[in-house]
Amino acid sequence: MSEATVADTRRLNSKPQDLTDAYGPPSNFLEIDVFNPQTVGVGRNRYTTYEVRMRTNLPIFKLKESCVRRRYSDFEWLKNELERDSKIVVPPLPGKALKRQLPFRGDEGIFEESFIEERRQGLEQFINKIAGHPLAQNERCLHMFLQEDTIDRNYIPGKVRQ
Amino acid sequence: MSFFSFGQSAEIDIVLNDAETRKKVEHKTEDGKKDKYFLFYDGETVSGKVNLTLKNPGKRLEHLGIKIEFIGQIELYYDRGNHHEFVSLVKDLARPGELPQSQTFDFEFMHVEKPYESYTGQNVKLRYFLRATISRRLNDICKEMDIVVHTLSTYPELNSSIKMEVGIEDCLHIEFEYNKSKYHLKDVIVGKIYFLLVRIKIKHMEIDIIKRETTGTGPNVYHENDTIAKYEIMDGAPVRGESIPIRLFLAGYELTPTMRDINKKFSVRYYLNLVLIDEEERRYFKQQEITLWRKGDIVRKSMSHQAAIASQRFEGSSSTESKMQAQAKQDGN
Repeated sequence: MSEATVADTRRLNSKPQDLTDAYGPPSNFLEIDVFNPQTVGVGRNRYTTYEVRMRTNLPIFKLKESCVRRRYSDFEWLKNELERDSKIVVPPLPGKALKRQLPFRGDEGIFEESFIEERRQGLEQFINKIAGHPLAQNERCLHMFLQEDTIDRNYIPGKVRQ
Repeated sequence: MSFFSFGQSAEIDIVLNDAETRKKVEHKTEDGKKDKYFLFYDGETVSGKVNLTLKNPGKRLEHLGIKIEFIGQIELYYDRGNHHEFVSLVKDLARPGELPQSQTFDFEFMHVEKPYESYTGQNVKLRYFLRATISRRLNDICKEMDIVVHTLSTYPELNSSIKMEVGIEDCLHIEFEYNKSKYHLKDVIVGKIYFLLVRIKIKHMEIDIIKRETTGTGPNVYHENDTIAKYEIMDGAPVRGESIPIRLFLAGYELTPTMRDINKKFSVRYYLNLVLIDEEERRYFKQQEITLWRKGDIVRKSMSHQAAIASQRFEGSSSTESKMQAQAKQDGN
């Protein structure tokens, strides 16, 4: 009797894939748009807000569609909360542009159209990267930022469970 | 060697009796080069001749004894002074005296125990060698000849598969399976990754073979990790219910058998690392230890059984098993 010396490389048995799993909608749909910048206020108390619209089918988010208005300092708040509470390395925000806020500039400073557009793109990249991270999705601050009308800065930080 | 041109010196040459028939294998040296050495197994006799050739043929060689040793030792690179000898055999070839002319001495170390496999690593080296020494007043003359030892094992009785479900809650659940936990060096890792839940955007998946060399004891334990292989098994985003097959041929990689706590000095262990990378370059991984062993070469007695398996691989899988069973029955008659 000879021994079989050719290795058996046949595939291991597997359950056939369900057609609804194969062709159904992806369970990882997450799209966040930052758009429609609007400058509110007058004179020295002006600031720019951006619309943050989210569409998702991830079960961890309570609302499958949400739309809120946020300003740059709200994004800064979110970054600080995540850096403190979550274990992730938070991606950078677009710059604070302090030089643009000094007087005696030839242009509109922080209300310059090209600057706002640059900042909008940076904020969109920032929020998409964060919201896609499994560990950030557990933080209450992210959910409040994306899905509640106003940010309560006196909130109790914590984790979200399904 | 001697700096003085007066006085006598000699050249030593060690030759094995079975040098013509014994197999040679490639083994990496400390500086990364590959050289060929004679291959020995545990229990084999090491016998040969020591040829002494006098440099100045007319003069005699005064000496304080000639001997040959067979040594198996472990050398830790950070502690070069201390060689830990676990095998040390000596044969005296000549008592102190004079050697009037070039001479040949026979030696035989019977059934030498060679418990461990030769290994040259990042921080440790285990080697076997013959050393012939002519002892003299001022300086000894010696010659070393390295040999390589392989340790063989047979098919393990118990070789269960590795099957586990892992993941990040609500984000990614996978079930991975490898067909065995103990693989020989020319084996194939057959497995599969089954996706139970996918909520992150996966870009690709790979399997790595990692070698971990551990030296030292107590507070001075030092691990050296080396990624021997990276093999991409999936490109693109999977969905729930998909099963990705794995077929990784080990013969193509430089592997040694798993060595556990050799002489309480070092270990060499191997791990399979399953890595998933998402669109943001985040890496999710699961490491699993596997045991590697060295299989002895066997002479193939009959080609017919192998030919039967090979030809059936291209036919439908459902009929293969029944056909193989039929072939086996035929062979048995």
